[in-house]
Amino acid sequence: MCIGFPGKIMCIDENNYATIDIGGTKREVCLDIIDEEVGLGDYVLCHAGYAIHKVDEALAKDKLALLRELLEA
Amino acid sequence: MKYIDEYRDGALAKVLKDLIHTQADEIGRPVTLMEVCGSHTYAIGHYGIRKLLPEGIRLISGPGCPVCVTSGSDVDTAMSLALKKNVIFVTYGDMLRVPGSRGSSLQKIRAGGADIRVVASTLEAIDIAMHNPVSDVIFMGIGFETTSPTVASMVMTCKKKAIKNLSVFSVHKVIPPAIKVLLDDPELAIDGFICPGHVSVIIGYDGYAEIPERGRAAVITGFEPVDILEGIRMILSQIIQGRFLVENQYTRAVKPQGNTKAMEMLGEVFMSVPAEWRGLGIIQDSGLVFNDAFSAFNALARFDVPIMESSNIMGCICGSILRGVATPHECPLFRHACNPRNPIGPCMVSREGTCSTYYKCH
Repeated sequence: MCIGFPGKIMCIDENNYATIDIGGTKREVCLDIIDEEVGLGDYVLCHAGYAIHKVDEALAKDKLALLRELLEA
Repeated sequence: MKYIDEYRDGALAKVLKDLIHTQADEIGRPVTLMEVCGSHTYAIGHYGIRKLLPEGIRLISGPGCPVCVTSGSDVDTAMSLALKKNVIFVTYGDMLRVPGSRGSSLQKIRAGGADIRVVASTLEAIDIAMHNPVSDVIFMGIGFETTSPTVASMVMTCKKKAIKNLSVFSVHKVIPPAIKVLLDDPELAIDGFICPGHVSVIIGYDGYAEIPERGRAAVITGFEPVDILEGIRMILSQIIQGRFLVENQYTRAVKPQGNTKAMEMLGEVFMSVPAEWRGLGIIQDSGLVFNDAFSAFNALARFDVPIMESSNIMGCICGSILRGVATPHECPLFRHACNPRNPIGPCMVSREGTCSTYYKCH
C-alpha cells in the first residue's frame, strides 16, 4: 500500500498540481505535501495522487557510480 | 536516469548476490532478517530475492501491510458505517474483500446495495463529496505514515473550502511502536530489519533508533531488486562488524529528517491513540485519530455505530504470520480453503499480503 513511483514533472498548474510522466504514462499529482521547490524536469516520488519527495539526482548518481565500481572490481 | 531500470540491472544484482554469499560464509550462522513493509514483501517475492540468498539468510515478513493489520472489529465498523442511510463509503480497493468477524466484507455488502466506491487517492474523495452535496461521504483512512499525510491534506482542504459532507473513519497506524513490540517479542530473534523505504520518506531516520540500541541492524531500503540486495548486504556488514546503526540504502528518496512538511501536517491534524493490530494486539500510541481542531471530520463522532470486539477467523493464522512467527505454509487453510480468489484471512486479500505473495511466488 505504501507503493511509490518516480515520475518526471512535465508541467505545473496554478492549483499546485503537476502532470508527471512515468515511462510514457501521464498522471496528475498534487504538490501540497512535498517539502522542496520543484520545477519542470525534476523527478518526484509519487504516492496516492501526491508527490511526496523530490528525487535527489546527485545522490542517486553517486550511489550508482559506487555500485558500478563493484562490477569492475 | 529514470530511477527504475538502473536498479533492475542483472549484472549489478549478480555482483551483490555474490558478495552476500561471501558475507554469509563469514558470519557462519543462520541470520534472520525482517521486512516491515508490504511493498517489500511483494518485491522480494516478485523478483525471486529469496532464491538468490544463501540458505543461512532467512527473510521473514512483518506487520507491514495496513489492510492485513486492520483488526476484525475495525472492518466490522467500516461495514456498519457503509450501511448507514444516505452514506457514500469511499475506500482504497484493497479493503473491499477483507473479511470482517462474520465472514461478510465491504464487497459483499456493496453487492447487496451499499454505495461503496473505490478510489486511488483522497483527491477523488473530495470530488465525490463536492459532486454529492446531499450525501454523507465517509472515507476509510487506512495506511502508515506514507499515506496518512494525504488524509491530513484532504481534511485541511475540506476545512478551507468548507466541505462539510466528508468525514473519515481513521484506522491509520504508525510503524515505530510496532517495531518496538517486535523487538520485545521473545519468540522472535531478528538480527536485522529491512526498514520501510516509503514510510521513511516521511519520518526519516527517527523511529528506528531503538533497533541498533538493542543490538540489531537497521537499513532503510528501496524497492527495486538492486536496492533490496544492497540493503541486505549493508545489514550483513553491520552484523559482521558488530556495529549497529540506522543506515540508509535509499538515499535518493529518504532524507535523515524525512519530509518535515508532511510531519508538520500530521501533527496539525492527528493525535496518537492506542490501536488494535491484527496479530500484535493493542499497541500504545500506534494509531492516529483527529485532534480537537479536526474532530468534526471524525466519522465515529458523526455516526452512531455499535462497538464491536474482534473475533478470530476459524483456522486462520494471519495473526502469527503478521508477527513473523509463522509462514503461510504452516496454515492449514493456505492454498486450499484460502486462496486469492476466495481469501479467508486478510493476508491473502492484499497483493502485498504475505499469504498472497507466497501463493504467487513460493
